Amino acid sequence: MGFSQTHLLGIEPLSPADITSILDLADQYVDLNRRDVKHSDALAGLTQINMFFENSTRTQASFELAGKRLGADVMSMAMQASSIKKGETLIDTALTLNAMHPDLLVVRHPHSGAVDLLAQKVNCAVLNAGDGRHEHPTQALLDALTIRRAKGRLHRLSIAICGDIAHSRVARSNILLLGKMENRVRLVGPPTLMPSGIGEFGVEVFDDMREGLRDVDVVMMLRLQRERMDGGFIPSEREYYHRFGLDAEKLSFARPEAIVMHPGPMNRGVEIDGEIADDINRSVIQEQVEMGVAVRMAAMDLLARNQRARPREVLV
Amino acid sequence: MTAILFTNARLIDPEAGTDAPGSLLIRDGMIVSEADTQGADERATVIDCKGKCLAPGIVDIGVKVCEPGERHKESYRSAGLAAAAGGITTMATRPDTLPATDSPEVLEFVARRANKAAPVNVLPMAALTKGRAGHEMTEIGFLMDAGAVAFTDCDHVITDNKVFSRALSYARSLGALVIAHPQDPGLSQGAAVTSGKFATLRGLPGVSPMAERMGLDRDIALLEMTQARYHADQITTARALPALERAKVNGLDITAGTSIHHLTLNELDVADYRTFFKVKPPLRSEDDRQAIIAALRDGLIDIISSMHTPQDEESKRLPYEEAASGAVALETFLPAALRLYHSGDLELPMLFRAMALNPAKRLGLPGGRLSPGAPADLVLFDADAPFVLDRFKLLSKSKNTPFDGARMQGKVLATYVAGIAVYEAT
Repeated sequence: MGFSQTHLLGIEPLSPADITSILDLADQYVDLNRRDVKHSDALAGLTQINMFFENSTRTQASFELAGKRLGADVMSMAMQASSIKKGETLIDTALTLNAMHPDLLVVRHPHSGAVDLLAQKVNCAVLNAGDGRHEHPTQALLDALTIRRAKGRLHRLSIAICGDIAHSRVARSNILLLGKMENRVRLVGPPTLMPSGIGEFGVEVFDDMREGLRDVDVVMMLRLQRERMDGGFIPSEREYYHRFGLDAEKLSFARPEAIVMHPGPMNRGVEIDGEIADDINRSVIQEQVEMGVAVRMAAMDLLARNQRARPREVLV
Repeated sequence: MTAILFTNARLIDPEAGTDAPGSLLIRDGMIVSEADTQGADERATVIDCKGKCLAPGIVDIGVKVCEPGERHKESYRSAGLAAAAGGITTMATRPDTLPATDSPEVLEFVARRANKAAPVNVLPMAALTKGRAGHEMTEIGFLMDAGAVAFTDCDHVITDNKVFSRALSYARSLGALVIAHPQDPGLSQGAAVTSGKFATLRGLPGVSPMAERMGLDRDIALLEMTQARYHADQITTARALPALERAKVNGLDITAGTSIHHLTLNELDVADYRTFFKVKPPLRSEDDRQAIIAALRDGLIDIISSMHTPQDEESKRLPYEEAASGAVALETFLPAALRLYHSGDLELPMLFRAMALNPAKRLGLPGGRLSPGAPADLVLFDADAPFVLDRFKLLSKSKNTPFDGARMQGKVLATYVAGIAVYEAT
């Protein structure tokens, strides 16, 4: 049972075997990335286009580096500045790019489902780099790899995801992935930042940090967007930090060896205390960034292999 | 004198509540009693229905025809042909045109176009407020004189209670029917689906089903105040039903409709962001769908509408949140409704009560029945004939149906308006 997908649009369609295949290959790429000569020819001759319809520095850099380390020809396009502003539809943009014969398309878009739509119209592998509040599969995969390396396993762990679950694609992908791998997932945050129907996802929901963190193995913090802070969803930044910001006292309720994660970029003093974020005994935030490159290399490598095995169809 | 005698028919009579074999005589565009037709019979054309269903033609309240403004999406000609092919003999058309049908002049244009181009009866509705903006009421009196059968701002909710209560009072003094869209616009703002597990899984903004009940509660309070004639265009959630029932028990002049899509589809049909399933209000949970079917059976919900809303491909081939709402339904209305018959949920007379008799009554029309004196607006159909729907074969200019590729049962064989065949299956 290998990796069976032709696109990486989300965690939802992946099987546990798919997830394990990506993580196993990513482990090998971690080793490659730590060598002096960090290069493979796995994607040599292939073209990777990054289309970011939404601002991103970290994810875009990570995908770009991943492609380059595997020998692909990488082009990044900042789509906010391009033809989309001139009224071209997403599908026209996709068809235009498709005509340039890319092999891998990496797409981030502010609307949920936009990457699925695009994937229907092109004949190359599409990777979702985050769509609206739907999914961000490579983030969940890099989190999984980080957990697996730190804890030695990726099952039967107790994991708390804390903060703005409602608007977070990272949370959705993580809930799905951690559930598929048979972990206990807890969600912690104020009810205004919990999505509807969350009780049906097989998770436990807490609105108290201390209760929610009790005896967990992993504490996963989420970023709180600035625009949600003033009165709309929570009363104020300082009340949020008081009740839901991760500090040493709240973290003391978790297991002593519990790790602290954050997808970045962090708001120090809003959702996480600066000292915790920098504590090398607890925080694995830098490892997450490192794992990100390796996981993206693995995902693109596997997708490219499956694409090569598939007969090419011509879209008109 | 032209007369047609339909023999060997399975007569669906919503008024009598019967579904039985029989024959039906029509003459000069009217249904006539067979008893008082001695001597005229030899000149009647005889049509052998071969045991197929003969029912009153469908009366569809809330059809969007995109004239004036967006004729490329649907014209009176294309909508009329589609309606005839779908067994719909009367369309009450929506005023959410460009510009809105909010003045006697626009209404007269619509009526003139409709009469010239559509083979079925077209009864235009007018906006309740100017430009459907919710600020000033339209010339309700003049519009009625020009032929407006009802007044509605369609999916625009009039948020200013003072404006809405005055419009309701004024409409009441003229006996005008007001049709509203019960929805709390604050809660539903920006929503693309119904809140819940599916919305969260897809990462789409959702609206709580409570928004519909809140909108209906508000409207009912204003009805108690004004005693106006009121119809809720679409009730789609279980939560809204107790309020509706109380209002009816309390004797308010209120009726409620629902759409064929909310009766036959649920939120999970959206699946991987299929925008042809994006309608307004959004598709609901299966529990809600079942509750609405039960309410229809109990007569709490009176009317089923197609809520025919043409959209071109460009408005639908977009990310789900950005895509336009609405689905075409004139030609799929009857086969979709027959799903409820084949599933054992509703008998045919009950369906035609909600699709023909009740809407005709609510609009004050003589149709929707098989009794002598009623207009000979009829649909002859085979309730069982199976087919797979191909959207590109639809007569509507827009092809945005959620039933593309669906296996359906029920084919219209012929449609008659005032005794004249306006559609015959080949």
